Amino acid sequence: MTAVPLWVLRPGGSRAAGWLRTVDHKEIGVLYIGMGAAFFILGGLESLVIRAQLATPEAHLVDPELYDQLFTVHGVTMILLAVVPLLVGFANYLVPLMIGAPDVAYPRLNALSFWLSLVGGIVLYFSWIAGGAPDAGWFSYPPLAGRSFAPSPGVDYYILGLAVNGAGTIIGAINLTATILLMRAPGLRVSRLPLFVWMVLVTSILILGAYPALSAALVMLFVDRQLGGHFFDPTASGQPLLWQHLFWFFGHPEVYIMILPVMGMVSEIIPVFSAKPIFGYRFVAASSVAIAFLSFGVWAHHMFAVGLSAFETFFFAASSMLIAVPTGVKIFNWIATMVGGRIRLATPMLFAIGFIAMFIIGGLTGVSLAVVPLDLETTDTYFVVAHLHYVLFGGTMLGFFAGVYYWFPKMTGRLLSERLGRWHFWTTFVGLNVTFLPMHWVGIQGMARRMWTYAADTGWGPWNFVESLGAALLAVSMLVFAANLVRSIRAGAIAGDDPWDGFTLEWATTSPPPPENFRSLPAVTGRRPLWDAKHPDRRDAA
Amino acid sequence: MIADASRAPALVTNRTLLGMVLFISSESIFFFAVVVAYLANRDAGLADARANLDLLRTAIFSVALFASSGTVAVAAARRDGRWIAATFALGAIFLGGQGSEYLRLLQTGVGPQSALFGTTFFTLTGLHGLHVLVGLIALAALALASRSRRGAVRPVAWEAVSIYWHFVDAVWVVVFTVVYVGTFV
Repeated sequence: MTAVPLWVLRPGGSRAAGWLRTVDHKEIGVLYIGMGAAFFILGGLESLVIRAQLATPEAHLVDPELYDQLFTVHGVTMILLAVVPLLVGFANYLVPLMIGAPDVAYPRLNALSFWLSLVGGIVLYFSWIAGGAPDAGWFSYPPLAGRSFAPSPGVDYYILGLAVNGAGTIIGAINLTATILLMRAPGLRVSRLPLFVWMVLVTSILILGAYPALSAALVMLFVDRQLGGHFFDPTASGQPLLWQHLFWFFGHPEVYIMILPVMGMVSEIIPVFSAKPIFGYRFVAASSVAIAFLSFGVWAHHMFAVGLSAFETFFFAASSMLIAVPTGVKIFNWIATMVGGRIRLATPMLFAIGFIAMFIIGGLTGVSLAVVPLDLETTDTYFVVAHLHYVLFGGTMLGFFAGVYYWFPKMTGRLLSERLGRWHFWTTFVGLNVTFLPMHWVGIQGMARRMWTYAADTGWGPWNFVESLGAALLAVSMLVFAANLVRSIRAGAIAGDDPWDGFTLEWATTSPPPPENFRSLPAVTGRRPLWDAKHPDRRDAA
Repeated sequence: MIADASRAPALVTNRTLLGMVLFISSESIFFFAVVVAYLANRDAGLADARANLDLLRTAIFSVALFASSGTVAVAAARRDGRWIAATFALGAIFLGGQGSEYLRLLQTGVGPQSALFGTTFFTLTGLHGLHVLVGLIALAALALASRSRRGAVRPVAWEAVSIYWHFVDAVWVVVFTVVYVGTFV
């Protein structure tokens, strides 16, 4: 078995100039994934410093100013520069393949959106060497983020970086939406779209609805900080709460932007590894549309503690509980798909099942935070930190790893090692629970998030130490994953076109696919076109 | 590759026009947020607005912008560069009017930093003005390209620019109503 060099990811050639000027959706997908991975490492390193500082009470590893910058940049990085590019990268790579198209609708615009996203991230990180990183939290509430309380240029880099990155993300969403609406193979009706593509469509529409609100809020913060404006300045009748409304009008849909594509991945993987069609296809698709619709009506549940009116409190509590219903529908769909199936516990399936279990925990703490009295008790405590990490790490990242193990063979032609994959899964699974589970109880005991350190007599020391050990284990799990990627790309088992006995069109072409994606396409008469082609006697009903 | 193209209108089946429609949808959310910010701060700035805005003068310049929606529609229908030039002229008149208003306000000490009204007024109208400017550039590019060799401009480009210009016009209908009419009624 000969080693395959790295440029196998880029069938067109190997020169750096090729990567700079490429407009091929697969190469741009790989670029996005590379960007997401690089920022994931940076955000991970930041979190390790945070955990080291918190491992013992009254520690002085970093000073409070640096600590504020670390948690701010960690949050912004993971959400906007790691998770979103990783998911957009997979969408870029896979959507045209899954709908039988040669490329996205606007290939050159696709390159623009990637480069804008990357430059936005670089601008944000430039702040570290240009007078200080942003330090007002990832949601940068004024007046804390205003000139008087954040005099360093960090928040200005935050504004500029997020605005540029957001423009890239919006353009990318336009591209993916148009691609899915216009470029589908003959016979691939919307009612037959693979569920990952459905989720990307819904996610793209969420981006189009949510990101512009952030852009607008950023412009206003810019006017306040740079032009002496008063939007959020309470001393000149401005309204700090306006920022919170606009930010969370973006911020809550953003949560679904980060989870729906992963739910789509899991909805592809569980049926294939159960050798059954998904249970209740229409419900999985329709519940996502419901989530998208509801997600624009729940934003103020991030603001219960600011003193909303009784009506607002009631409305946003009710809508937040309501959104748990379509989410729960999906959980039942996945479990029902597995029931009675011939389940293969390969690594993608392990991660997919892990995703369901962890997402249930994050979902349950999420819906309990919609109970206003409980929210008021736990606002800005580690209980919230635990919740959001169960959803984002236990949910998004586990589901994302499932997708990596599932589609890596398509992108490279080689399988990832199952043995290392299992090590990766179990170290991640144990590591994330050791890290984030104790945060629930120290949070309920009152440990506030974003505090630089805590007193020894609080009794939080032992659990914080355990959490930091968990973080170290997570770091080890990422090293195992990296080792698996590096080894498998060079010497992994040859995958062939269709290593998992897949259902959808991306498995009908070579691994990696040729520049034009398909030399020929199977006829699409149902939701599982490749299954139908492989099993003409057991076709799905049209 | 285009699915179900026969039954749906071009706005959702043509690649270029669909892209423009999606772009404008996201732009609408952007302006919605800025208008909400203006309205949220309206009462605190109302006295300043009454003292400083000139409804009649701005109304006259607004008519130029509203009329340009008509000229751009004719331009797109006939694919005629002269109507694009007329649209450009009307848009430039509007922008000139806005510039002169800015100058007058700044000279009397009303700017983004002076008080809440200045902040919200210059942000909202300024963002709209920037969109008009982008539209003028698009119109100029279209007019120049249509004068060069035949077939240099794809037919759909006329419609795409026209859609964008209509959008810029529609935003001004809202901004004019909220900022100017809303101040004096």
